Amino acid sequence: MTARVPGMTITWGRLLTHASLVLIVVLWTVPVLGLFISSLRDKDQLIVSGWWTAFTATERTAFGRTGAANAQVEVLGKFVIEGDFLPDPRRTVTSYGLQQTDLTAHAPGEAVAIGDSEFTLFEDGTYRWTSEEPFTHSAGRRIFYVASIPPTFSLANYREVLSGERIDRAFINTFTVTIPATLIPILIAAFAAYAFAWMKFPGRQWLFAIVVGLLVVPLQMSLIPLLRMYNDIGATFGVPSKTYLGIWLAHTGFGLPLAIYLLRNYIGGLPRDIIESAQLDGASHFEIFIRLILPLSVPALASFAIFQFLWVWNDLLVALVFLGKGDDQIVLTSSLRELLGSRGDNWEILTSGAFISIIVPLMVFFSLQRYFVRGLLAGSVKGG
Amino acid sequence: MTQQVLMALLAVVAGVGASLAYFFGSNLLLDRLAADGRKPDGSYLSREPLRNVIRPWLFVLPALVILGVYLVYPVVETARLSFFDRNGTQFVGLSNYAWAIQNPEFLEAIRNNLLWLLFVPALSTAVGLLVATLADRVAWGNIAKSLIFMPMAISFVGASVIWKFVYDFRGPDAPQIGVVNAIVVALGGEPQAWITVPFWNNFLLMIILVWIQTGFAMVILSAALRGVPEETIEAAQIDGAGEVQVFFRIVIPQIMSTILVVWTTITIVVLKVFDIVLAMTNGQWGTNVLANSMYNWMFRGGGDFGRGSVIALVIMIAVIPIMVWNIRRFQREEAMR
Repeated sequence: MTARVPGMTITWGRLLTHASLVLIVVLWTVPVLGLFISSLRDKDQLIVSGWWTAFTATERTAFGRTGAANAQVEVLGKFVIEGDFLPDPRRTVTSYGLQQTDLTAHAPGEAVAIGDSEFTLFEDGTYRWTSEEPFTHSAGRRIFYVASIPPTFSLANYREVLSGERIDRAFINTFTVTIPATLIPILIAAFAAYAFAWMKFPGRQWLFAIVVGLLVVPLQMSLIPLLRMYNDIGATFGVPSKTYLGIWLAHTGFGLPLAIYLLRNYIGGLPRDIIESAQLDGASHFEIFIRLILPLSVPALASFAIFQFLWVWNDLLVALVFLGKGDDQIVLTSSLRELLGSRGDNWEILTSGAFISIIVPLMVFFSLQRYFVRGLLAGSVKGG
Repeated sequence: MTQQVLMALLAVVAGVGASLAYFFGSNLLLDRLAADGRKPDGSYLSREPLRNVIRPWLFVLPALVILGVYLVYPVVETARLSFFDRNGTQFVGLSNYAWAIQNPEFLEAIRNNLLWLLFVPALSTAVGLLVATLADRVAWGNIAKSLIFMPMAISFVGASVIWKFVYDFRGPDAPQIGVVNAIVVALGGEPQAWITVPFWNNFLLMIILVWIQTGFAMVILSAALRGVPEETIEAAQIDGAGEVQVFFRIVIPQIMSTILVVWTTITIVVLKVFDIVLAMTNGQWGTNVLANSMYNWMFRGGGDFGRGSVIALVIMIAVIPIMVWNIRRFQREEAMR
C-alpha cells in the first residue's frame, strides 16, 4: 500500500504481494516439475514413493537367502558362510530380522544367535554366519531386511518409451505433419492479407468480414463433411483417405482465418508512403509484395508461425480424424493418448512419453516468447 | 525412418514449392497475357487497369478456395446432414434433434458444458488479472509471468498426463504418489480416485484448462494494464482512494473491453474442449462434454453422422453470438481507421 513511499518498501502489503505470487507460481509449476522428476526416476521407486521424496533415500523391504552348507569354508576352526545381499554399493541395510514380521529387530552389524551359530548382517549388505559345528542345511536361510536406496536418476525410462513404445516414430511423424502445416498457410495467407490491405477489388470488405467470422467457427463443424469428402475422394480415385497431404490442407484451412487476420492487420499498418512510392517507380503489386512487404512482415510472419506450430504440434482431434494410427502416421499426442489407455498405470512410460511430447513446444515457446506474445496481442486485443 | 525424414523434407519442399509456383506462375502469366500493347491504330495501349482488376483475385484465390472447402462448405453441409440419417443418405427430418433432447448423455454434456462455461473463463480471467497485477509490482515479475504462461505451450493431452499424475490414486494402504492424495493423507483424510467422483470430477478437469488458459489471460491483461494512464490512478490517489478502490473503480473499468475479449476467447476454447475429457475420463463418471460426444458419434458403431452433426451444430450456435460481436467490433474499428 505504501510501495510508492521511499524508504518504506517492506510492508505487509508488499509481503502479501510476494507471497501470493509465489503461491500461484508454485501451483502452476509443481505439476510440470513432478512430471519431469518422475520421468527420470527409477521405475520401481516411482511407484512406491512420491516424486517429492526423489532426492531423499527411499526404504524398501526385501529378503536375501544365505548360502547353503556347501558354501561354507573353515577358517581357524570355525565354519563360515559369507555373502552379499546388496551388491550395489550405494544401497545400505537399515535394519534386519529373522522373521518377516521382525524387520526392525536388529541394527546392521548386530550379531544374532541362530541355534548355536551366530549371524551378522552388515550395513553394506554383506553377511557373515559362523558356527563351531559344520553347517548341514541344504537350502539357504531367508533373512529379512530394510534396505535404504539412494535416489537414482537415469534416462532409462526415456530409452524404454522411445524404443519400446514407438514414440521415436511418432516424434518424426509429428514433425512431418507440423512443418508443412505451418509453412503452407503462411504463404497463402500473406498474399491474401496483402490483397485485403492494399489492393482494391469488389467485395473486399465483406470478404474480410467473413474471414473475421470464420475465426471462431468451431473445428467440430468441419469434421464430418471433410471426413466424408476424404473418404469419397479415397474411394473414387482408389487412394488412401488418410494421408499427410490431407492433414496439411486441413490444418491450413483451420489456420488460415487467424493467419489472414493477423497478417492483414500488420501489413495494413505499414506506412502508405512505401507502397505508393514503389508504385510510382513502376513496380507491380506482385513485385512490391515480394521485395518490400514480405521482408518487412517478418515479425508478424514469425508470430503466426509460432502459433500455428504450437497448435498443430499439440493438436489431437484433427490427427485422430484425418490420420491413421499405424506406425507411419501416428503423432505424439495420439500415441500419448493410446499410452494413457494401455499403460495407464506405468507412470515411468507416461511421464517420459509426455515430456518428450512437450519438450519441443516448450523450447519453441521459451526461445521465441516475445513473438508469441506479440501475436497474441495483435490477434485478440485490437485490429491494428 | 530415414525414408520418412526424407519424405517429410520432400513434402516441405513440394508443398511450399507448389504454393510459390502458383503465385509466381500466375502473376507472370497475367503480366504476359495482359501485357501492354498497341491498339489497331498503332497507338500505345496500357492494360494496367485490366491487370489491376485481375491481380487481387490471383492473390486471394488460394485462400478463398481453401476457406471455402475447409470451413464454409462444411458449415452448410453439417447443417444439412443434421436432417439426415447416420450415413447422410436418408432424410429423417427432425428426428436427430428429437433424439438429442431426450438423450441423457447429450443432456449431461450440455449441463457439463454450461458448468465449464460458467467457471473456466471466469477463473482464468480472474487469476490472469491477479497475476498481471501482482507481477507488475515485484522485481521478479517477468519470471513469474513466464512460468505461469508456460502451460500455453503444452498440449491438452500432455497437460492431461501431468494432471492425471497429480490426481493419481494408489489404493488406501499403498503410499500415495499423486500430490493431491498425498496431501489428503497427510491431513488425515481418506485417499480417493478423485476423477471418478461424479459431478466434482468436472471441476478437476476444468482446473486443467484454467491452468493452461490463465497465462493467456495474464499476457493480454498485463498489456492492457500498462495502457491505463498513470494520471487517472494518481488523481484517484490524491482524492484519497486506497489501492483496492483504485483497482476496482479506476483500473477495471478502463480495461473492461479487454477483459471481455479475453473472456470470449476463452469461452470459445471451452466450447470446443475435447482432448482433456477424452484423455482423462473419455466422458465416463458424468464428465461428458459436447465435443467429446460429437467425436464419439462420428465413429461409434461405424459412425452416426446425423447425430454427430446435431451436436456440432449446438456448439456452432453457441459460438454465433460471439461471431456477430466480433464482426461488429471489427467493423467499428474499420470505420475508425
